[in-house]
Amino acid sequence: MKRLIAGLPFIAAVIFGGFFLWGLNPDRDPNEIPSVLISQPAPAFDLDPVPGLETPGLVRRDLVGNERPVVVNVFASWCVPCRAEHAVLTRFVEREGMRLFGINYKDKPEDAVKWLNDLGNPYERIGSDLSGRTGIEWGLSGVPETFIVDGDGTVLFRYVGPVVGPDAVERFTQALKQAGALPKGAAS
Amino acid sequence: MVPEIGHFVLALALALALVQSVLPIAGASRGNAVWMKSAQATAIGQVLFVAIAFAALMQAFIVSDFTVRNVVENSHSLKPMLYKVAGTWGSHEGSLLLWILILAAFGAGVAWFGSNIPAETKARTLSVQAWISVGFLSFLLLTSNPFERVFPPPLDGNDLNPLLQDMGLAMHPPLLYFGYVGFSIVFSFAVAALLEGRVDPAWARWVRPWTLAAWVSLTAGIALGSWWAYYELGWGGWWFWDPVENVSFMPWLLGTALLHSAIVTEKRDAFKSWTILLAILTFSLSLLGTFIVRSGLLTSVHAFAVDPERGLYILGLLAVSIGGSLALYAWRAPEMEPGGLFRPISREAGLLVNNLILAAATGTVLFGTLYPLILEAVTGDKISVGPPFFNAAFIPMMLALVVFMGLGPFLSWKRADIAGLLDRIRFVAVLAVVAALAAWYLLYGGPIMAYLAILGAAWLLFATLREWALRIRLFEVPLAESVRRARNLPRASHGMTLAHAGVAVLMMGMIGSSAWKSEEIVFAAPGTEVAIAGFDITFEGATQVQGPNYIADRGTLVVRRDGELVTTLFPERRYYPVAESQTTESAIRSTLAGDLYTSITTPASDQVNNAGAWTLRILYEPLVNLIWIGSILLVIGGCLSLSDRRLRVGAPRRAKPPASDAVPAE
Repeated sequence: MKRLIAGLPFIAAVIFGGFFLWGLNPDRDPNEIPSVLISQPAPAFDLDPVPGLETPGLVRRDLVGNERPVVVNVFASWCVPCRAEHAVLTRFVEREGMRLFGINYKDKPEDAVKWLNDLGNPYERIGSDLSGRTGIEWGLSGVPETFIVDGDGTVLFRYVGPVVGPDAVERFTQALKQAGALPKGAAS
Repeated sequence: MVPEIGHFVLALALALALVQSVLPIAGASRGNAVWMKSAQATAIGQVLFVAIAFAALMQAFIVSDFTVRNVVENSHSLKPMLYKVAGTWGSHEGSLLLWILILAAFGAGVAWFGSNIPAETKARTLSVQAWISVGFLSFLLLTSNPFERVFPPPLDGNDLNPLLQDMGLAMHPPLLYFGYVGFSIVFSFAVAALLEGRVDPAWARWVRPWTLAAWVSLTAGIALGSWWAYYELGWGGWWFWDPVENVSFMPWLLGTALLHSAIVTEKRDAFKSWTILLAILTFSLSLLGTFIVRSGLLTSVHAFAVDPERGLYILGLLAVSIGGSLALYAWRAPEMEPGGLFRPISREAGLLVNNLILAAATGTVLFGTLYPLILEAVTGDKISVGPPFFNAAFIPMMLALVVFMGLGPFLSWKRADIAGLLDRIRFVAVLAVVAALAAWYLLYGGPIMAYLAILGAAWLLFATLREWALRIRLFEVPLAESVRRARNLPRASHGMTLAHAGVAVLMMGMIGSSAWKSEEIVFAAPGTEVAIAGFDITFEGATQVQGPNYIADRGTLVVRRDGELVTTLFPERRYYPVAESQTTESAIRSTLAGDLYTSITTPASDQVNNAGAWTLRILYEPLVNLIWIGSILLVIGGCLSLSDRRLRVGAPRRAKPPASDAVPAE
């Protein structure tokens, strides 16, 4: 019995060691968060518009049956990276013809209105997810997150974090092109 | 030329370490006094060589020698001198060199000061220390040569990560490493004792000062890091339960347990195999920290450049050192005879509970830190474990610990007098409850846990003071007599009082700044006014200022209370063009009652910027300074205890195990 107890730390160390060895696999990137939603249908949701804003609300139906895949961006006025990302998304909408829908996540309506008035509003529709319920349905790990959804309502791509900086923009552009979310002959 | 000398002496140090890892231990088993004595010279030689290498690297940073890759990657000619020097340990290679320097320094310390340690124990200990040296020196030379040249040399360097260009952080790694690595010698002592198969009070007495020295610097290092995060990161938080914070915290927790269990081994010859295990595990956790920070195993805000190759090498080192020592433990520990016996209510039992709680807390932090990795390995799910888990699991444990912390010093060894104990602490308990109720009445609106924590902190503070007062018989005898008694008390005793009181003060700071924090984040144009915690703050606008290697936007915030000017704060947002990164320099008005904390962020969008609007973050954190004051008390308490006569003067003769008929302690 005493021997067994004295051996326990060693056994625990060996088990931990095994996990560490596994964790060192160079292909593994602990920063990457895969989505269970990829190639799955987008979750059902029905969000009211942000009060005080003329942009209509967002329902799952709006994402389905479009000619080209569309982009859903989850944002909030309290999220500083969203601010940086906003300029990038606006450029995609204005120059490349990307269709952008927004989910305003856990945000006070008046703050969201002020934010969009200050920065400009590139979103066709914005749903106000005050409770964060829809965010949970989408498996949100934080704000901002950006999804590409095709005409059947299937999620094709997920980007966690702000689409800011050359690498991120490049990855996002590739994903948009692969999905066919940009109209032919768009400026770029 | 100088870098080559640095590289060369590192190789020499490795050679010495190789000799030291074999010769003294062989001498100890053969009884060859000359072989054993060789450890003295090799240990001191090692530290000299590594120090030369370290100085060589520092010289390259000071003169901005851009032919050395490490300097190119982590320095810049325009950087202030202090940060050029600090850049020496700002990179993976440089910090590893510092790691090895401290490792060698502790070995040399034992060689130099350990004249009271029997030759055989000392020889074995130094050999074990040299095994660690061999591992890390070869790691440095084979995978992370800090002196690598670059050709053609660039005109200027890439600059040190601006976040790290800060006084607090310049000093943070040396202190932290001194603590981290200081536990190596305790580990070596433990392994040597296992090899010898003998642990006794004298052993605990040799180990204790080294444990204490390591613990003191680890405490200071962690506090400094936390302080840095507080004012530099611009969030106003002082602890984030980030994996890298956790890996420095775990050795601290377990080191604290070791510190206390070593007392029992020293005074009562009990808890022997437990103390040995703690000594091994504490250093193992330090090694684990080194591994996690340098292998990219977990996501963290402050890891070094990730390299799986290096990770594999360190994992190998870990497997040998931790696996080897624990296997040795499994083999030899059961043979250690149990010593000192005690009753369920006694100082020993109190310290046992202390140890169990600290060990459980360490386990909790370890589990929370590694859970994402384990879950990913088993199910493929990726999650992150954040403050909610740690706060929910850790805080109740600490509160339980605090209850025993207040109680423990009242207990006598072997068998405590329960009636007398209750008599002495009744008053303290009443006082603590009154304090908590008063807090509840005055500071409504906090979470229930906060009031419980206040109760715990008050209990600990009053109990500690009461115990101290009892010792010097304050108010029972004339004051002069009390002062005389206080003088005669061993310094370790004052150290304990101070450190325990420090924990209570620390807790108060933590409670105040987390439960009663107020925070405002505003998107402000000049002229905006914000009211927080009784202050009225006016944002007067921001101007651009030029620093030595950065450009800053400096906001001007006028703080008034009841219409009267209190102070003007100038938070900055700095941009470092060379490193292409930004830092926030918060402006803080500090008082004992609380900090008014302000930081400014540049709005991302240009069109908003033209309107002159900025994101301001303004916090009021009550009592937050008590965290640093409490940490300082902990450090002073540790230093006092370290200066105790008992630890300085020669060790006693080996004590005979006391005979008794009660239950064995282990």
